[in-house]
Amino acid sequence: MKDYDIVLNARRDDRLTAGDYIKGVVSNFIEFHGDRLYGDDKAVIGGIGYVGNTPVTVIGIEKGKDVNDRIYHNFGSANPEGYRKALRLMKQAEKFHRPVLCFVDTAGAFCGVDAEERGQGRAIAHNLYEMSTLKTPILSMLIGEGGSGGALALCHSDVIWMKHDAYFCVVSPESCANILWKNTKKADEAADALALTAKKLYERGLIDKICEDIPMKKLATQIEEQLIKLNKIPVGKLTDERYAKFRNIGYDY
Amino acid sequence: MKFNSLFLKANNELEGSPRNTRKVTCKKCNTANAVSKIRKNYFVCPECGAYFSVRARRRILMLTDKRSFIEHDAGLCSRNILNFPEYDKKLSDAMERSRENEGVICGVGEIGKIKVCIFAMDSYFMMGSMGAIVGEKITRLFEFATKKSLPVIGVTVSGGARMQEGMISLMQMSKVSAAVKKHSDAGNLYINLLTNPTTGGVMASFAMLSDITLAEPGARLGFAGPRVVEKTLNAPLPKNFQRAERVLECGFVDKIVPRNVQKETIEKILRIHS
Repeated sequence: MKDYDIVLNARRDDRLTAGDYIKGVVSNFIEFHGDRLYGDDKAVIGGIGYVGNTPVTVIGIEKGKDVNDRIYHNFGSANPEGYRKALRLMKQAEKFHRPVLCFVDTAGAFCGVDAEERGQGRAIAHNLYEMSTLKTPILSMLIGEGGSGGALALCHSDVIWMKHDAYFCVVSPESCANILWKNTKKADEAADALALTAKKLYERGLIDKICEDIPMKKLATQIEEQLIKLNKIPVGKLTDERYAKFRNIGYDY
Repeated sequence: MKFNSLFLKANNELEGSPRNTRKVTCKKCNTANAVSKIRKNYFVCPECGAYFSVRARRRILMLTDKRSFIEHDAGLCSRNILNFPEYDKKLSDAMERSRENEGVICGVGEIGKIKVCIFAMDSYFMMGSMGAIVGEKITRLFEFATKKSLPVIGVTVSGGARMQEGMISLMQMSKVSAAVKKHSDAGNLYINLLTNPTTGGVMASFAMLSDITLAEPGARLGFAGPRVVEKTLNAPLPKNFQRAERVLECGFVDKIVPRNVQKETIEKILRIHS
């Protein structure tokens, strides 16, 4: 598959969404709402439950299933409230020593007047800032689209997993082609150049694991094993290692 | 850096020899004024008050005490990590055009005799976009400031993450934000001055993480590009959208500071914290 086909495939509307992963991986899931500041963003779903026998806080960016559901979830493009809800739940997880599990699938943070005026930039920045020292393990898994800052805001994690057919990118290939060559039809060339596939990102050490298509039960076992491993690391060491993980990106490439 | 550029001054029309008698036309009011006059007026048009963009080195000169600035990591240059098409040429063009090695200048200096770490971004270098080296330089500055317990003064101007470096540049947002957090947790002060334009990945990371956030009048400050927002909205944008004055109304800026009082304002804030 060409890189651009991976992008198109990641956008297919019959793919499993964050809700499917939560249903498949997390038992006894209870959804919680609201950012306690302004509202409840439907693009971000979150709550608590178990992965195997491990209590977790789980957060996902949900695109929705059918047309109405997609509109309800704003097509998986979060407003600032979404990121603030995610951060609120993470802080709660920190308090109760639960690991955090994020399923990321978004074309990008929502671009709108309201989103801008309620501080989309600040909301994303603040997530990166707070997650960098969150005193509990964080595992993020990219399950479809990883659209720029909007996806990154849930990926400042101890480990980043990625579906083999997902993508994670600084800019959509179409916008990239438009900016560079004033031609959105060259998106496939842009997609190649941007190195956005799981394989290419893994080769550069930007993600930690490529996940194949496996039954949800098996995925749950793998996630639980990883979370137990992370839970055993003393908190100070965990955050130091998280700092080092991102610190090393980009200079000694 | 190209060999001959070592001997040339920056080619911003407002930079160059101080004896320059050339005139520069303001894009807003179309009045031509002598470069020296505009310079004395803090790079603000003496006729209509429009702001000219200011290069990074000039910014640092304008904010720090005379001869106090010492640059850090001046030699770090970007490479075309991903073999991205046309990036090599873009980089060498940017170096030639800006006479700089990268889009940010970092170092230590003094403001009113108070020692600070300072960084300023340069819009003449690929629109101040953040690649691995920009991220690295700012991260190193924050780490240095944390080690030495120094305040950090930032001046941001950026189009966002540099797409030619793919995810490596996006993840600089995480890297710098984490360094800002460490600096903050150690009880140090970070003041950032937002200038026109600060957008995208820079806005969504360290530009919005300062203890005290200042902005230049009229600066465009936002996450998404205005054209993208207009397209989603399918209607004209409200007046003042993403302008510093509106962003202050929305609660994301502490104070709008005109150029002629920026140094004294920062100095005052520093003094209260020292």
